[in-house]
Amino acid sequence: MKGNSKEHKYPGALIAIEGLNGSGKSTQAHLLYEWLTGLKCRVFYSEWNTSEIVNEVYRRGKKSKMLTPTTFSLINATDFADRYDRQILPMLKGGFIVLCDRYIYTPYAVDRVRGCDEAWLHGLYQFAIPADLVFYLDLPIHLTMERLHDARIEPSYFDAGMDLKLSQDLLESYRLFQGRLHNEYLQMANEHGFNLTDATLTISQQQHLIRQKIQKVIDLKRFKERKD
Amino acid sequence: MSTAKCLAMPPPGVELSRLIGKLIVIEGPDASGRSTQIAHLSRWIEQAGCSVVQVGLKRSALVGNELEKAKQGNVLSPRTRSLFYAADFYDQMENDIVPALCAGSIVIADRYIFTLMARDLVRGAEPQWVESLYSRAISPDAVYFLKVSPEQLALRTLKSHQKLDYWESGMDMSLSRDWFDCFDKYQRLINQVFESLQKKYKFDVINADQPVSAIQDDLRVRIGNLLKNEIVSIARKE
Repeated sequence: MKGNSKEHKYPGALIAIEGLNGSGKSTQAHLLYEWLTGLKCRVFYSEWNTSEIVNEVYRRGKKSKMLTPTTFSLINATDFADRYDRQILPMLKGGFIVLCDRYIYTPYAVDRVRGCDEAWLHGLYQFAIPADLVFYLDLPIHLTMERLHDARIEPSYFDAGMDLKLSQDLLESYRLFQGRLHNEYLQMANEHGFNLTDATLTISQQQHLIRQKIQKVIDLKRFKERKD
Repeated sequence: MSTAKCLAMPPPGVELSRLIGKLIVIEGPDASGRSTQIAHLSRWIEQAGCSVVQVGLKRSALVGNELEKAKQGNVLSPRTRSLFYAADFYDQMENDIVPALCAGSIVIADRYIFTLMARDLVRGAEPQWVESLYSRAISPDAVYFLKVSPEQLALRTLKSHQKLDYWESGMDMSLSRDWFDCFDKYQRLINQVFESLQKKYKFDVINADQPVSAIQDDLRVRIGNLLKNEIVSIARKE
């Protein structure tokens, strides 16, 4: 992701929260949103919410098992590009804090595990600016599995990386796949200076640490709404 | 032995050393006579004893529906549309072209990445990004661009379809409020882009203002040379 580390020129700021399923991304992102709104900052919350159009493609691809690492990568990029062009970029240009519950680092990790190389991913996502701050909610794999179990959620076919044929067993495949993702995230964290947040801490402890870091790096006063 | 290459490197799971067939690409605008020429070429090559597989930029099973929606306009951002087309292309490349080349067939592609690249470039996409998007495509063994002058093209299109296609006229680019002018302007712009692609990717330009049979003769001489090892006894003329 070498070239993506340049600083952007937009008045907005981009904060990304990354982490495996069950690491508490959405919870932390939601609390940050509430905090920034309370401070009367211009803030926009962007969720990695796969669009209907893409879900349909996934469904079809899964049924006939015809998604390859390359087409999978492109479908994910399509979904992201739509959100980026429609919302994230305009918000950054308009001077908002954009809070991303997962950003390009998610497809980066997923595609790398599926065998796509660095040059491909770098080329594909060169249009997206690097985040000003990235938090990786670092949770050991056995706790990810525990939380999945507690939540009584069955992982989806692609979340379990079943297309990689790591194991016939859904849960075992999930464990192996998430483990590989975790390694990719840690490598990126190292290369690009992500902030590792210990996701075994309580929710409020984590939130406190994240808020401290944001205040240190981003001048929040710049984002305050004018008082009329 | 296989001499297959990719523009940059192969996608995960594609082994270039196993691609023993040949990939021939025919590029050119609608109404340039591509499909007529391909039909004649296929028969000719098959009669010489080689298996031919025809592929095109038709809609893939994977994202065909979504592309159809996208063509209705305004639904997707230009970048999203580019990405859908790229997904559509790679789906066909990996599921149709690669297996056919593995089997040793002559694959004739009715348009290839160059059309897709040109459409994006003419609409202002960053060249570097477009290039990287198609960097995993199999390099064709030959590309023949059927070049038609814009005047001829408008005439032929109107003659065969009685109307001008919205996208082939670049109507989304608002080049003119007049449909005919828009078509003319768009085709000139696209030709410029093709010229720069032609230099970069070294394809043969065929004068497609000529009659069908003259174009076919021209193509056969070139393809006959290209396939001289594949075809034992190749007849230049039918």
